[in-house]
Amino acid sequence: MKKLVVVFFALIAVAASPVRDGLDVGDTAIDFKLKNVDGKTVSLADYKDAKGYIVIFDCNTCPYSKAYNQRIIDLNTKYAAKGVPVIAINANDPATSSGDSFEEMVRIAKQKGYKFPYLVDETQEIAKAYGATNTPHVFVLSKDLKVAYIGAIDDNSRKADAVTKRYVEDAVDALLQGKAAPTTKTKAIGCGIKWKSA
Amino acid sequence: MKKSIQFVVLAVILSVAASAQTINQIKLKDLQKLLTTKSDRVQVINFWATWCAPCVKEIPLFEKLRSDNSNVDITLVSMDFDLDPDPAKVERFVTRKALKNKVVILAETDPNSWIDKIDKSWSGALPATLIINTQTGKRKLIQKELHEGDLEKLITEVSN
Repeated sequence: MKKLVVVFFALIAVAASPVRDGLDVGDTAIDFKLKNVDGKTVSLADYKDAKGYIVIFDCNTCPYSKAYNQRIIDLNTKYAAKGVPVIAINANDPATSSGDSFEEMVRIAKQKGYKFPYLVDETQEIAKAYGATNTPHVFVLSKDLKVAYIGAIDDNSRKADAVTKRYVEDAVDALLQGKAAPTTKTKAIGCGIKWKSA
Repeated sequence: MKKSIQFVVLAVILSVAASAQTINQIKLKDLQKLLTTKSDRVQVINFWATWCAPCVKEIPLFEKLRSDNSNVDITLVSMDFDLDPDPAKVERFVTRKALKNKVVILAETDPNSWIDKIDKSWSGALPATLIINTQTGKRKLIQKELHEGDLEKLITEVSN
C-alpha cells in the first residue's frame, strides 16, 4: 500500500511538472545529422577532439544575423583552435523567407568564407528540440553536450566595439577552465525563427 | 512657373506633415505603466520593427482592429532603437503606411536587462503581441505572426 501511495504521488509530480519546450542550462542536448553547405552531413560526434561546441541558430536574412556575422566568424577563429568550434544552423522555412534557402546559405558561406559548418535544419526538429526562438541564438555545450549557456552573443547588437559583456566568450572561457559560465542565460531582441505553418 | 512649382512642393510637404503623427520615444517605465495602469479598455501592444517582414505584414490587422473595435487601446511599439537609434526610419515608415494607430519607439539599450520586465515568457523575438485586461490582470503573449481573426479571438479570451 505504501508503495502504491509513493507511486501515486510520483505520478502526480510528473504530471504537475511544467511542460518545457527545448533545453535549459544543465540539460543534455541531442546530437544531430544535418546537411552542410558543402553537401556533406555534419554531427557533433564528428568532432572527436572537441572540448565543447558553440551551436548558433542563425540565418541569411535577419538584420541581427547580419550585425553579428563578423562576430560569429571571429568566435570560430578564436575558439575552434582551442577545441570549441562554431556550428551554425539555419532552421528558417524558405517557403516563408526565400532568402533563407539552402542555395543562399551556400552563397553566403562562400562569400563570407565560413570556416565552420553552416547546416540546414530542414524539418526544424533540431531548432525545436533545442528551444531556439531567435536568430542568432547561441547554445554553448560541453563536450558531453551539457548546456552551459543559452542566449545572445553579447550585450550590444548594434556596435561590436561598444560591447561590455561578452556572454559567449565568457561562457566558453569558463568551459575551457572547467568552470560554470558566469552568466548562463540571456535574452535579446531578434528575428523570430520562421516556422513552417502547421 | 517657378512659383507654382514652389507652391506644389510646399503643399506636398504640408500635407505630409499634417498626416504624420508625432512618434514619441518612450522608456521602459512608460511601457510598464501602459501594461499595468487600470483601464476598462483592453490593451493591445504589438512589438515590431521596420526590418521585420512578418511584423510589417501583420500591421494592417491592427489598423483594421482600430476601426472595428473602439473598446481597445492599440499601441505599436517599435523595437528599431536597438539596431538603429535614429527615429527617421520609423517616422518614414509610419508616414508612408499612413498608420492611424499610436506608434512609439522604445528607446532602451541592453535588452537582456528588460525583456523579462515586459513579459517573462517573451524570448525577445519579433513580432510579439501582448493583449492585457488590466482590470483582471489576464494577459496573452503571442510570439509569432498573427493572422486574420486571431486578435479578435485573443481579445475575447482576456475579456471573459
